[in-house]
Amino acid sequence: MFLSVTLALLEGMGTTFQIFILTLIFSLPLGLILAFGAMSKFRPISYSVNVLVWIIRGTPLMLQLIIIFYGPGLWLDYNVWGGNSAGRLTATVVAFTINYACYFSVIFRGGIQGVPVGQREAGEVLGMTRSQIFFKVTLLQMVKRVVPPMSNEIITLVKDTSLARIISCYELTFTGYSFMKAASITWPLFYTAVFYLAFVGILTILFNYIEKRLSYFR
Amino acid sequence: MAFLEVEHIEKNFGNTKVLKDVSFALEEGNTLAIIGSSGSGKTTLLRCLNFLETPTKGKITVGGDVLFNSDWSEAENNKDLRSKRLHFGMVFQSFNLFPQYTALENVTLSKKLLAKEDPDFKKNKKEIYAKIEEQGKKLLAQMGLAERMNHYPHQLSGGQQQRVAIARALAMEPAIMLFDEPTSALDPELVGEVLNVMKELAREGMTMVVVTHEMGFAREMADQVIFMDEGQIVETGTAEEIFANPKQERTKAFLSKIL
Repeated sequence: MFLSVTLALLEGMGTTFQIFILTLIFSLPLGLILAFGAMSKFRPISYSVNVLVWIIRGTPLMLQLIIIFYGPGLWLDYNVWGGNSAGRLTATVVAFTINYACYFSVIFRGGIQGVPVGQREAGEVLGMTRSQIFFKVTLLQMVKRVVPPMSNEIITLVKDTSLARIISCYELTFTGYSFMKAASITWPLFYTAVFYLAFVGILTILFNYIEKRLSYFR
Repeated sequence: MAFLEVEHIEKNFGNTKVLKDVSFALEEGNTLAIIGSSGSGKTTLLRCLNFLETPTKGKITVGGDVLFNSDWSEAENNKDLRSKRLHFGMVFQSFNLFPQYTALENVTLSKKLLAKEDPDFKKNKKEIYAKIEEQGKKLLAQMGLAERMNHYPHQLSGGQQQRVAIARALAMEPAIMLFDEPTSALDPELVGEVLNVMKELAREGMTMVVVTHEMGFAREMADQVIFMDEGQIVETGTAEEIFANPKQERTKAFLSKIL
């Protein structure tokens, strides 16, 4: 029994990890683009981005997930996601990417605006180009500022993946829950928690390491 | 013609006129002190010289080369902006050192980046870098910071940080050094070490424009003093003329408050 639960949970963990890593891969660059959009001097762009961020941060991720998965099928009378598990995973990643990109954009914007203007000016008067100033002067200072809030958000993402259960994506929590339903046993739920704790534990160690690596300057 | 010529500079921020018809000239090797109360436009004037601000009107000439002329098109004025800027070295009130680099790296960074544009860079990379490092170490030693080369800015006192900033500006071998209230952010006991370095520079014949509240420094070192108020030059003259015999009422009022 223990072995079969372990194997099933590992499989669920695989799906959870896919949601996690794909969301990060897509939402990090998208978040940066949104951050630049929000800071754009062209009003229609900054306004649209701010409205988008307001809507996405102002509504539950679970609701967004349901709308993104079921919406297109009901509006177009055609299921764009396909009926299989790969389609459900895709829909999950799309919803998560939009949601997390919005949160990340706010963090990135804070990181960018938090670097004093004097840093850019110092680079300018020393004859550096704009890209040299960005890559050699401001980028690392931005990263340093952004690591603590990002680690928070990324750890939240690990646990938010469990929301994918609502569209029958067979991730970790779904798996643990299915044993409870089928066999009326609760210990797989606690075993499921161990998987999350281990995952978050590894991330915590990783973020502590990064913070430490960046602590040589202030 | 003087080495630095500033003619009829005006600067508006929206509807606010920050600089109104400011003109002055500075001979090579001389030190100019700009004094005046906060909000008088001194800092803006300094920032106009190296294009941190673009003047609304006027003309700036260094060594006979016109760097800025408001009669030109924007494209013309922005052409070769980087090399125009490098006529000037700038020292900021808040140091603005790069925190992630050591003192030496701060001094050598921009020089190394510029060297990459040298067509022979790839061939002679090691030599070029070694030369730049050598120059950086020499400058820091000159600032009395030979022992602090490998420290990060946060490990240095304010006075030491500002001296690194001066070395960093000098590394680009500017023709004119601009100082924007270089001692205003320092604890009183650290002001002296920065002023001493500046005095040394002036004695060595560096052309300097210094916006300052340090009247002692202005009086002792400046060949020329400008008193500004409300975006205008109220009075200009030698240190002796301004401090001992100010002619304008506004100058007298300012000096009586501050001395």
